[in-house]
Amino acid sequence: MSFVFYAIAGLTLAGALAAVLLKNTVHCALALTVAFAGLALLFLELDAQFAGFAQILVYIGAVAVLVVFAILLTRGSETPKDGVYSRNWLAGLVIAAGVFAVLGWAVLGSARSLPHETAAPTVTVLQIGNALMSRYVLPLEIVALLLTAALIGAVIVAMHEKEGQK
Amino acid sequence: MTPLAGYLLVAALLFSIGLAGALTRRNAILVLIGIELMLNAANLNLIAFWRYGPHPEALTGMMFAIFSIAVAAAEAAVGLGLVIQIHRHAHTTDLDQMNRMKG
Amino acid sequence: MIETADQIFVLLKHWLVGFLPAGWQPVAGVALSVVAIIAFFPALFALTVWIERKGLGRMQNRIGPNRVGPLGILQPVADAIKSLTKEDIVPLSADAAVHFLAPLLLVAAVFMGFAVLPMGRNMTLVNMDAGLLFYFAMGASTELAVFMAGWSSRNKYSLLGAMRAVAQMISYEVPLLMSSVAVVMMTGSLSLTKIVAAQNHYTWGLPHWYIFTPWGFAGFVMYAIATTAETNRSPFDLPEGESELVAGYHTEYSGFKFALFFLGEYLAMFSISGLGATLFLGGWSAPFSFLGWVPSWIWFFSKLMLSIFVFIWMRGTLPRLRQDQLMNFAWKFVLPLTLLNLLVAALWRFLGEGWERWVVCLAILLLAYAFMGREGMRRGHLGPRRYRYAE
Repeated sequence: MSFVFYAIAGLTLAGALAAVLLKNTVHCALALTVAFAGLALLFLELDAQFAGFAQILVYIGAVAVLVVFAILLTRGSETPKDGVYSRNWLAGLVIAAGVFAVLGWAVLGSARSLPHETAAPTVTVLQIGNALMSRYVLPLEIVALLLTAALIGAVIVAMHEKEGQK
Repeated sequence: MTPLAGYLLVAALLFSIGLAGALTRRNAILVLIGIELMLNAANLNLIAFWRYGPHPEALTGMMFAIFSIAVAAAEAAVGLGLVIQIHRHAHTTDLDQMNRMKG
Repeated sequence: MIETADQIFVLLKHWLVGFLPAGWQPVAGVALSVVAIIAFFPALFALTVWIERKGLGRMQNRIGPNRVGPLGILQPVADAIKSLTKEDIVPLSADAAVHFLAPLLLVAAVFMGFAVLPMGRNMTLVNMDAGLLFYFAMGASTELAVFMAGWSSRNKYSLLGAMRAVAQMISYEVPLLMSSVAVVMMTGSLSLTKIVAAQNHYTWGLPHWYIFTPWGFAGFVMYAIATTAETNRSPFDLPEGESELVAGYHTEYSGFKFALFFLGEYLAMFSISGLGATLFLGGWSAPFSFLGWVPSWIWFFSKLMLSIFVFIWMRGTLPRLRQDQLMNFAWKFVLPLTLLNLLVAALWRFLGEGWERWVVCLAILLLAYAFMGREGMRRGHLGPRRYRYAE
């Protein structure tokens, strides 16, 4: 396992931890951006360049900005009076720890039968384009419909009430 | 420990951190942040298995991850729109205070 | 001799790197290119600041800076010394960590964009297969830096400027990408070196640049509009308009951090002009085949500086657009035209060579422009003003 992998994985996990632990909501959103960037670097380390750049473009360029705008529009940067963790935080932590224990046991238990090092696949964008237009054309069209529906739905849901009553 | 096991462990850790965040924070937006972390962990799993699996030239894992990124962005948009609308109605995003069906 | 002048920087790099042991050579080569980019483009920025102030001055019927050095040529040096020695004031209630990181993130994201631009024959820093996608991914990261700057200052004007800037950048991101997608579709690759190579052919001495096709010309015009909005230049500079918002999202920045924002804005202008030259104007290829003896990097930088001059010209000439006018323009006019442009580009390919495709494509684009422009003007009640005088 190379030093690069450990460094990037450490960065991603630190960002994720900061995103769920910090008190200031905007700081949480910015730590989430660091986690996204770390994940994009992990994708690049796994020779999935298209997925890595799409991750940066979509998650950092769009989802992070959306989260930050939503925090601003809902006055999330004011600290609540009852603290930032919910009443039954211990149950949530135990459940998450349990999930990680099961997943970790599954991964480490089957480590012997997992595939070993294979040669790095060279994936060109041309191959991805051909695949999208030939084998995956149905999911592509369905995702296009889904995105259109989500766009219209998000606009309608977030429209001002005054205009909704007109 | 094979490289694949390393990536899977990182994905599992990321998933549990996201799950812990979604279950323990009060603010609705932070729950959505936890959900985004979980989706990203699943994407990492997909790409890791694509890379170290038997047929990387079939592009299945990469395609799945790309579609997952697109759908997650759409879901984040709709979810955040809902949170904004709830804030307009209840003037709070604190999930512990939204424990009644009566509007 | 011509080859040497054309490849002089590549040969210089190989010669310098040859002094090191073989294991270090790839890393040293990349490091040398990175240092060259980091040294050269800020120097070009200093020159452009001088050109802009003198040029704007002349367009506004005044002289511009003329005190520091002959013709004011040392004015950027004076500005640099001033910004480095000014006191760095951070407001008491500002979010110190985010306030510090925002200009760094902006400049870092903008510098990354230069990595994929083909500045001459064999002179791309990283020849990526998905180069254009990488460039746009880096451009998307700058929006977050702008927002961080505005929010961390805890200042109403900063936040308002930042929200406007981010809304504007997101709105014009889509026409920017869609006008580039037409070029990608016709070339068949996202790699910028392949896009330049596809335009490097000549018929009867005239080049095959994409701007000389109907869809390429329309795409270039829309790309130019989108880039002016992406870099917050006039006439789209409401987020930093001095008369409305003090200085927008960089109100609370002074000294070196303000200089970093200024640097970031101009570097973004350079890289996006370079991308426009690559996509539509043929990158490093010469305008006529008999001019092929001039080195390729001279052509690239001439096209870049021509675009910068057009930016300065637009700033001195056009009035500022209001926020809602600018958003309406993006979503209701430019975006549908970019989608139509994609269709026209596809028609161009499938109608085959000949005069029919010129007529059909030009007709579709001109009719769409006329109808949508007329519709937009009628709805906005624009048109020649009618004056009523008090009698």
